[in-house]
Amino acid sequence: MTNSSTASVSTESNKSLWVAFAIMTAIFAIAPIWVYPVFLMKVMCFALFACAFNLLLGFGGLLSFGHAMFLGLAGYTSAHAAKVWGWNPELAVIFGTFSSMVLAYVVGSLAIRRQGIYFAMITLALAQMIFFFSLQAPFTGGEDGIQAVPRGQLFGLVDLADNTNMYVFVLAIFLAAFLFIWRVIHSPFGQILKAIREHQDRATSLGYDTDKYKLLAFVISGALAGTAGAVKALVFQLASLTDVHWSMSGEVVLMTLVGGMGTLFGPVAGAAVIVSMQNYLAELGAWVTIVQGVIFVICVLAFRRGIIGEIANLIKKPL
Amino acid sequence: MEIFGIPSQALFGQLLIGLINGSFYALLSLGLAVIFGLLNIINFTHGAQYMLGAFVAYLGLTKFGMNYWLALLVTPLLVGATGVLIERTMLKQLYKLDHLYGLLLTFGLALIIQGLFRNEYGSSGMPYPVPEVFRGGFNLGFMFLPKYRAWVIVASLVVCLATWYVIERTKLGAYLRAATENPSLVQAFGINVPRMITLTYGFGVGLAALAGVMAAPIYQVNPTMGADLIIVVFAVVVIGGMGSIMGAIVTGFGLGLIEGLTKVFYPEASATVIFVIMTIVLLIKPAGLFGTQK
Repeated sequence: MTNSSTASVSTESNKSLWVAFAIMTAIFAIAPIWVYPVFLMKVMCFALFACAFNLLLGFGGLLSFGHAMFLGLAGYTSAHAAKVWGWNPELAVIFGTFSSMVLAYVVGSLAIRRQGIYFAMITLALAQMIFFFSLQAPFTGGEDGIQAVPRGQLFGLVDLADNTNMYVFVLAIFLAAFLFIWRVIHSPFGQILKAIREHQDRATSLGYDTDKYKLLAFVISGALAGTAGAVKALVFQLASLTDVHWSMSGEVVLMTLVGGMGTLFGPVAGAAVIVSMQNYLAELGAWVTIVQGVIFVICVLAFRRGIIGEIANLIKKPL
Repeated sequence: MEIFGIPSQALFGQLLIGLINGSFYALLSLGLAVIFGLLNIINFTHGAQYMLGAFVAYLGLTKFGMNYWLALLVTPLLVGATGVLIERTMLKQLYKLDHLYGLLLTFGLALIIQGLFRNEYGSSGMPYPVPEVFRGGFNLGFMFLPKYRAWVIVASLVVCLATWYVIERTKLGAYLRAATENPSLVQAFGINVPRMITLTYGFGVGLAALAGVMAAPIYQVNPTMGADLIIVVFAVVVIGGMGSIMGAIVTGFGLGLIEGLTKVFYPEASATVIFVIMTIVLLIKPAGLFGTQK
């Protein structure tokens, strides 16, 4: 998707990005003093999920409408590894990430055979298949999900049942993944991805095997979404059908849209906004869905740059 | 009597259900294909508009005593009119943008509509009585065919074929197909293309609402009845390819039947069989069975 603010994310001026990164890190480091840590961990999980999604949509121009399958599957596999096999949390997260990576390779290979709107419909349909699989497969616990997942001992040493330890663990993973995505975007690979987004045929005629690049982007995105799902399962000690449902795929689109697609920090801001909204409007029940729908409509009609995109446009610097 | 070790009653019963589901797949994917052809937008609201159709019929009956036949006529017009409104006020602004924005907008609208109805009516279903004329059924010897179900299959076939006829064989359809190929040229010939686009969207939405009315007596009237259905219909559309109207109809009915057969022979896979077929089609013929890759 072409977005005027995305073009401004260039390699020349990285200062504003580093400043923004410092601010974001500082916020997440200090915020637990005032804000409930589990809530912040949820924000970080969704922020990572949305950043992974944005790598695909904002920089590759590929709208996956089934990203919940990577979040959900990794949640199940890591929860299973931690609970049934008794693996350490770091291994469980790696296992969850890996399983989503494999799934992303399979789904990506299929979905990149079509473009644009078909790509979105195929990913949505395959995600629905994973949903039914999760509903029926014996190890997922069906409607109940996998409950009471132990957070375990990090490297066998640090007890993650303690919220402070868990918080540091989640923050470290989030920041590491964020820096990784940042690096990917500014790598030659990221530049080619953007070229494909802008004009696929031209990229092909320049000699790039566009399918290979799209698939790699899809695999990276799916794997990182898996990391988010695995960490989320440990934080909440629960892997459930909610994370595989299509509405979750819609939510991550919304987060990215609200924050600003194609910006580096947009998905983080978007995730913070949407998760807070769900938290504070929870007692309104079905109204949350309606409010989300309204935000979708407003964003598409009048606010396509998103929060961070608007700010970047205002200060004329990439964010 | 048994066929492949399955009692024929069960087999034909499931085939009938498959045909019924197929009727709705065909009607809905037809609407999606018609809208996509001219607007280049995948109408994610389609499922919600199908639900709206069922609800308008239900509310019409309970609040105003509107009978089934009147509902069949009024509902598509009413819901189609809301579609016209949506197109005029919102979708119109998106045509010059990436097509994906249309998908996102209609997804948001679907959330709003479904959310509003779930708020008001909860998520349990409400029954809609089968119209008087269609109570009872025919005994075909090998199975019992409820009259209403026979009617749904026949009616949706007629609607589908009529739509095909109008688009492929009439002058109006020729304008429509021409505008799909090259809207600015058609406009230059003095045809009001924007109005045609609006009416096309209204028509597609009306088809969804019609499907909703027909579905009301079979499935219960439920705010989420369209939400999961639309994803299956998307898969149907990917399998058939949106290039051909006849393709959408054939694929819809065919997949309904296959789904019914799966329920007999391997029930565990009945929810996923259409997605599996989609995967296979993507591997063998990525453009879809009746589609042409652009």
